[in-house]
Amino acid sequence: MVRRPMRVIIIGAGQVGESIAGDLDEDHEVVVVERDANRVEDLTYSLDVLAVEGDGTSVSTLENAGIERADMVIASTDDDETNIVACSTAKAISDAFTIARIKNTEYLRTWERSEKAFGIDFMVCTNLLTAEAIVRVVGLPAARDVDPFAGGKVQMAEFEISAESPVADQTVREADRFDSLTFAAVLRNGSVEIPRGETVIQPGDRVVVIGSPTSVQEFARSVAPDESPGTAEEVVVVGGSEIGYHVARLLEERDFHPRLIEQDHDRARELAEDLPGTIVMESDATDIAFLEREHVGEADMLVAALDSDEKNLLVSLLAQRLGVERTVAVIDTTAYVELFEAVGVNVGISPREVVAEEITRFTHAGGAENVALIETDKAEVLEIEVDRDSALVDRPIQESVGTLPAGVVIGAITRDRELITPRGDTVVRVGDHVVVFADASVVDEVAERL
Amino acid sequence: MRSGVESPISLGFPKLRVDYRDSLSLVGTVLKYLVVPLFLPVVVALVYGEPVVPFAVTMLLTLASGVALERLRPEPDLGPREGFLMVGLTWLAVAVVGAIPYLVAAHGVPLLMEPVAPTSTLGNPFNALFESMSGFTTTGATVLGEISVDKHGYSVMMWRQLTQWLGGMGIVVLAVAILPELSVGGAQLMDAEAPGPGIEKLTPRIAETARALWVAYLGFTALEIALLYGLYLAGVDQNLYLYNAVAHALTTMPTGGFSPEARSIEALSAAAQWIIIPFMIVAGTNFALIWRAVTGNPERLTDDSEFRFYLGVLAALTAVVSALLFTGVGFVAEVPAGGTYDAQYLSDARGAIVANLEPAVRHAAFQIVSIMTTTGYASLDFNAWGPAPQYLLLFAMFIGGSAGSTGGAIKVVRWYVIVKSVRRELYTTAHPAAVRPVRLGGRALDERAIRGIYAFTLLYFVIFFVATAVLLVDADRVGQRLTMLESMSAVAATLGNVGPGFGSVGPMGSYLGFSNLGKAFMIALMWVGRLEIIPVLILLTPEYWRR
Repeated sequence: MVRRPMRVIIIGAGQVGESIAGDLDEDHEVVVVERDANRVEDLTYSLDVLAVEGDGTSVSTLENAGIERADMVIASTDDDETNIVACSTAKAISDAFTIARIKNTEYLRTWERSEKAFGIDFMVCTNLLTAEAIVRVVGLPAARDVDPFAGGKVQMAEFEISAESPVADQTVREADRFDSLTFAAVLRNGSVEIPRGETVIQPGDRVVVIGSPTSVQEFARSVAPDESPGTAEEVVVVGGSEIGYHVARLLEERDFHPRLIEQDHDRARELAEDLPGTIVMESDATDIAFLEREHVGEADMLVAALDSDEKNLLVSLLAQRLGVERTVAVIDTTAYVELFEAVGVNVGISPREVVAEEITRFTHAGGAENVALIETDKAEVLEIEVDRDSALVDRPIQESVGTLPAGVVIGAITRDRELITPRGDTVVRVGDHVVVFADASVVDEVAERL
Repeated sequence: MRSGVESPISLGFPKLRVDYRDSLSLVGTVLKYLVVPLFLPVVVALVYGEPVVPFAVTMLLTLASGVALERLRPEPDLGPREGFLMVGLTWLAVAVVGAIPYLVAAHGVPLLMEPVAPTSTLGNPFNALFESMSGFTTTGATVLGEISVDKHGYSVMMWRQLTQWLGGMGIVVLAVAILPELSVGGAQLMDAEAPGPGIEKLTPRIAETARALWVAYLGFTALEIALLYGLYLAGVDQNLYLYNAVAHALTTMPTGGFSPEARSIEALSAAAQWIIIPFMIVAGTNFALIWRAVTGNPERLTDDSEFRFYLGVLAALTAVVSALLFTGVGFVAEVPAGGTYDAQYLSDARGAIVANLEPAVRHAAFQIVSIMTTTGYASLDFNAWGPAPQYLLLFAMFIGGSAGSTGGAIKVVRWYVIVKSVRRELYTTAHPAAVRPVRLGGRALDERAIRGIYAFTLLYFVIFFVATAVLLVDADRVGQRLTMLESMSAVAATLGNVGPGFGSVGPMGSYLGFSNLGKAFMIALMWVGRLEIIPVLILLTPEYWRR
């Protein structure tokens, strides 16, 4: 894995672009391409970056920005098509790794089909990421950290075990009652321990599990029954925006039966057709009579995903007044997040921030597709596509693991987007995605051999 | 201006917008090709040494009229309106042609042929047309005074069976499959003819879809012939010699119900009845689904919500009727006045079925499957059943087969949608803001389609009640003894293309008791029912004919 300084070109210096640039400028050489001359001027002084004025989709601008020496191009404007064209252009004239920020999930679907589509090496979908972030908040409040892998098919979650938890003082074998769940690590007194069947989980430990979202959810319930919502818990999503749609869809995947309130007649119908497990209601969510009639106040959780920050704030406050326990609001303007949370919204989520974080995280990670850091660098969880040279390929796991250094756990495998729970006799094939837990001391070696 | 639009002016319809010559020309094409299936009874006639004249005459007439009609418009161009007219007229024309062999056999041809069955009831043109329409529409209602190959001849009786087989998958679907000139408007035509709301294209080309459906149909028919004849060869059922095996397979797959045996399937062994039951179930299943299932996607069957609902209803009704028969409460206490069976028959039936599990389940399943799929076979005279199981049979007459099957009546899929949309209605009454699409197999249904289904079902019942009244009034007019149940069942059985009803029109009875007018009325009901009402009714609206 590469950890040397890279030359990164960021196209578009909006909130997302600026935020990424700010995160990267310490470790890397950052060039920002922006059309607006005033923004260029601002950035030159506010960040330690080179700001270039021009259109990121034109070859000459990219050449001005030094595309031939660039290791990475991040297209983060607010316009999907501009980002796609910018990445394609960059790919056509250089070998840089390209990252595009996309809102429309159709493009993501196209890209997932063939990961070379549009000349984009990594696509970050704002709406989907935001929805995933919301669902993590809704679904696993007990988890300290949750990261999705393999396009959401696999989740890694870290839980702290309290003395009251039913799994406290149990062995891993006793606690592992879930089909598609792997215990990757136990973090105790600042050290990482790879669990065996007989390892006893002690109060105060943190457990890292990797598995399907449903199994992680079930595990959360058994670890912290009081804090984790059961699927019988009521979640109300307000606003049938793309984010609202994905939140409802992801909740459905986790066996929730959310209610979704959308004002527009045609959009409501469309959502009802696409979301068989969701009850779609056509109404204005700020209509108090409606909220009372449908007993929205009895909901355990409300997600405000309307298209304006003010409305989301209003709906959240209204819901709290009616008795909703937790509210999550989508807040487009990142600067408002703190304010909204101060006023009373339980969790504010900014799509721009989520995307900027994702891109930054990916950039830090270098080549691996997806990485999560555990305990600030004590260990990492990596997602790796298995190629022909991998130590894992075409052999059962029990055989290949022996050749790898200690401190490695194969957490999950996805093949053709289906989750396979790794067992000793599972044979890994070329093209599989493996989610691997690795101790920091062996991470580089592991990343290379897989 | 095209000639087709000119001539109606002289008839006083200046705004006529339907180019009926295009339709007639294609009807002619279908009639011309009707010569081909007529070779089967000719072969049978030759084998059994019977005269081929009835069929030769029919061939000449259908060929001549077909060619004449085709000349109206040598290169017909079919629009949607012409398509409806073509489909409606085709079924009428085919029924008329189908009646010719019966008439010729009853009356003979001067100089050429003595009458084959001079006392046949089919000498009456109304009866002949009734029998023919009943055949092509796969109804299975008969006006034969005496059902026997000895009286009518093997070849005429085989023609009677064959009309059902041709009508089952659809004359027009067959035409689309083999006639290239129908390929473009073909989807429209099949839509007008094929049972159920809307057709399902299996392949990009409609002709290939039509061919695939016919291949599946032919395949199952051949399989059934083999199995039934196998029983004969194995010595299980002496009644299933080759002629009978073919004859019954030809009327099972189209959910027809004609049998050359006077006692219908009662004349066959229990083993044969058990074989016929699953074939009737297949015949009542969507053939597009069957095609997918046999071409490598068997899971499609269990995934299909209509198919699951269909099997569920069959199983539930069978279970109830089995219980009624097994305990004996499902039989009448004594033979009523004017019964179609005698005390001996009743006591034999009770003795064989009550407290005997296999016969109870077999007869319950056979009757329920036969009536619900609108086949119309009977393994016993169910007039001997009590009111409860008879009522369940009447109920089943309205359910029908699946969409895209050869079955008639309202169709399972419509009931399924109605049940689901009523549940939706209940839900939205409690939660007025809820948006709930009605889903059919995971796919949300268009609200217009649901309205169409409601309209069709309501129309079906309106026609049922009005037609029952018409038959009762007509019976009073001619002094025919007709009970309300008989009249209701006669309408349900003809409109739904089921065949037998109750009482005098029961499975071992016939529709001979009705007046010529009553029979003509039921001919229309069978025609309307086979084309699922709407394509025929729109021909009667002024808006259809004008701009």
